[in-house]
Amino acid sequence: MTVPPDRVDLVELPQAEDPARRMSRRQALLALAAAGSALAAGPLLAPLVQVHGESDPADPTHAGETPLPPRRWAMVIDLRRCDGCKKCTEACQAKHYLPPEQEWIKVYTVRDRTGVEVNIPRLCMHCEDAPCVRVCPVTATFVDRDGLVLVDQDKCIGCRLCMAACPYEARYFNWTEPKVKPPLPTKATPEYPSPQQRGTVGKCVLCVHNIKYGELPYCLEACTMDAIYVGDLDADVATNGTETVRLSTFLSENNAIRLKEELNTKPRVWYIPGHGEDLGW
Amino acid sequence: MVAAVRESRDAVALQEAAFRPMHAPGRWFWPLFLVLGALVALAAVGYGYQLLSGLWVAGYNDTAFYGIYEANLVAFIGVSYGGALVSAVLRLTNARWRAPVTRMAEGMALVSLLVGAAFAIIHLGRPERIWLLIVSPQAASPIVWDAIAITTYLVATLIFLYLPLIPDMAFARDRLGPSANRLQRVFYRLAAAGWQGTPAQRRSLNWSVGAMAVLIIPLAITVHSVLAWAFSMTSRPGWHSTIFGPYFVIGALYSGVALVIVVVAAFRKAYRLEPYIGLGHFVSLARIMAVLGAVYLYFTFSELLTAAYTASHEEASIVAVLLEGSWAPLFWTFMVGGIFVPLALSLAPATRKVRYLVLAGLLAVVGMWLKRMLITLPPATAPLIGDVWGTVQLTWVAIALTLGATAAIPLGLMILFRFVPILALHEMEEVDAEGAPESAHDRAVAVEGVL
Ligand code: SF4
Ligand code: SF4
Repeated sequence: MTVPPDRVDLVELPQAEDPARRMSRRQALLALAAAGSALAAGPLLAPLVQVHGESDPADPTHAGETPLPPRRWAMVIDLRRCDGCKKCTEACQAKHYLPPEQEWIKVYTVRDRTGVEVNIPRLCMHCEDAPCVRVCPVTATFVDRDGLVLVDQDKCIGCRLCMAACPYEARYFNWTEPKVKPPLPTKATPEYPSPQQRGTVGKCVLCVHNIKYGELPYCLEACTMDAIYVGDLDADVATNGTETVRLSTFLSENNAIRLKEELNTKPRVWYIPGHGEDLGW
Repeated sequence: MVAAVRESRDAVALQEAAFRPMHAPGRWFWPLFLVLGALVALAAVGYGYQLLSGLWVAGYNDTAFYGIYEANLVAFIGVSYGGALVSAVLRLTNARWRAPVTRMAEGMALVSLLVGAAFAIIHLGRPERIWLLIVSPQAASPIVWDAIAITTYLVATLIFLYLPLIPDMAFARDRLGPSANRLQRVFYRLAAAGWQGTPAQRRSLNWSVGAMAVLIIPLAITVHSVLAWAFSMTSRPGWHSTIFGPYFVIGALYSGVALVIVVVAAFRKAYRLEPYIGLGHFVSLARIMAVLGAVYLYFTFSELLTAAYTASHEEASIVAVLLEGSWAPLFWTFMVGGIFVPLALSLAPATRKVRYLVLAGLLAVVGMWLKRMLITLPPATAPLIGDVWGTVQLTWVAIALTLGATAAIPLGLMILFRFVPILALHEMEEVDAEGAPESAHDRAVAVEGVL
């Protein structure tokens, strides 16, 4: 596939010419990493590819791997494409075993000041300067090595100050014993916090349990509009499972914005406006 | 000669009155004790149910993550603060009329602080993990500041109540009748801490009480400011405000003095303390309360005006729901019933009667509780994205816990005054010895109050 001249942001994937590749979207981040290597970020990303080339996919513990390279995960949501179908929410809830009221990715349909109706999927912004991390009295909310904001539900005392502090309403509380549980007993971890714990907070983990190992977030996989991209700021690539883009160019070419930039939380989630909507509410 | 006899008769009467709750609590005591105890027990049942089922039973949900417990936390710690400060400031300014009311104010400060601090635990989703605050605290979190401030202040309140109590405990130790059991003897001997009333002891006690009175003021200000900052350190509209610290402090003082009026009036009536606490006391307390209420009104106005004027969408929407939206009925109830009416009752010459002043205090206390709900709920339910407001529920658990906590204050005081004299005996005698003229004036006012 050659890159169309009007899409300077597109990255040519080494193995991306098969139209049936959507069948193997879970491989996309691997491809992403490979593309990254092709793009000069090479040595940084090479180990990921190697690891998954060699490791046994049936081994869920990923034991015996060489340490994964550091990442600066980011997400981009193309609002021009989002039709508000909420498939992302459903997939996230089903695969994280969440009750319906916990919408870790929540699609707000809002009318902006110019009267345009716009669908905005809101997940945790994984703020680089996260207010929720700062206010947590017991360091239950923490930043992982790759800049993701996670919650250790074994530590959370349930004070909910993080819910007050989050400017994006991204946090949810387990007011009751979780009604939905994984079919098999699993040990919940901050990276895959299912089942949720009563009396503690939960929120989007950017599917770190997937992306770390070369797979895509559940919301992205479920998005039929290809509106959600996940990527790495360091490797400067992102993918929506169908196409892979050079992240910095993609963001600047499309005038990507972050929500509530004025609060200086430095979100890791960008939005691409496109209907001319005024998102400064 | 005649004067001396009368003096000593006065002294005996005073001693009898101060210890009255211990030996002759009155026929109302046990029935009331049972009623209040039942309310507290109901609250305990509610809390047990909450522990078993989760916080949803208190009416919480993701769109209203803070609510009645947080309002209670602020309200009860607030009144405690007022109690401590009244007695500290009156001591420092050497207001002689303070002597008969300081004990009750300090006792009220302690009991309501315990109740308020309980809500800091009740509102947690995982109270059993509270020890993590000690083993892995995060210094940047306002909740950690809160925990440090509240525990320090609790210790200070205990000392502040205890110090002036030492001579009175010694007095009790020396007068224990033959019917007193071993436990009582040991208790009063330990509590009296070897007090013999020597000049050296008097001097060091006076110094310590003075030092504590100075110390407790910045402490109390810290506690309530930090409590305010837990809200204002977030970016939520309606909470993120620079005046929140002082705003909370003044609110706490206002409601605290108001509750002192109510508590003093209740115990005065129950234990027939009219000869020592007269209308003059209530008038003075009500004046302090009115000044604080006026300052609080000013803060409220200044906060709302600043928030509304620049018309930042989020801030303005909070002002709108308060002034004319869904919270308006409660807000205006507070403004009229919690500020204007108490202010008018406290200051108008026509209402200079104990019952009106007590009514003013009662209205201010309830009004300020309402105000705490109005501080907590609109910002907690305000939409930060989109425009759907959260919904709040009032459940029996939340009501039971709030009523139980309210009942716990008189109950705690009733128990406290079974063990310690209700009037600061030693302090009253000292103040009397210092200046006869004002005490005569006080007596005159007292008589006026009884009439
Ligand atoms: S979006 Fe909210 S929960 Fe997520 S990192 Fe930022 S402040 Fe924390
Ligand atoms: S609710 Fe839990 S994660 Fe949030 S601030 Fe409190 S302890 Fe930290």
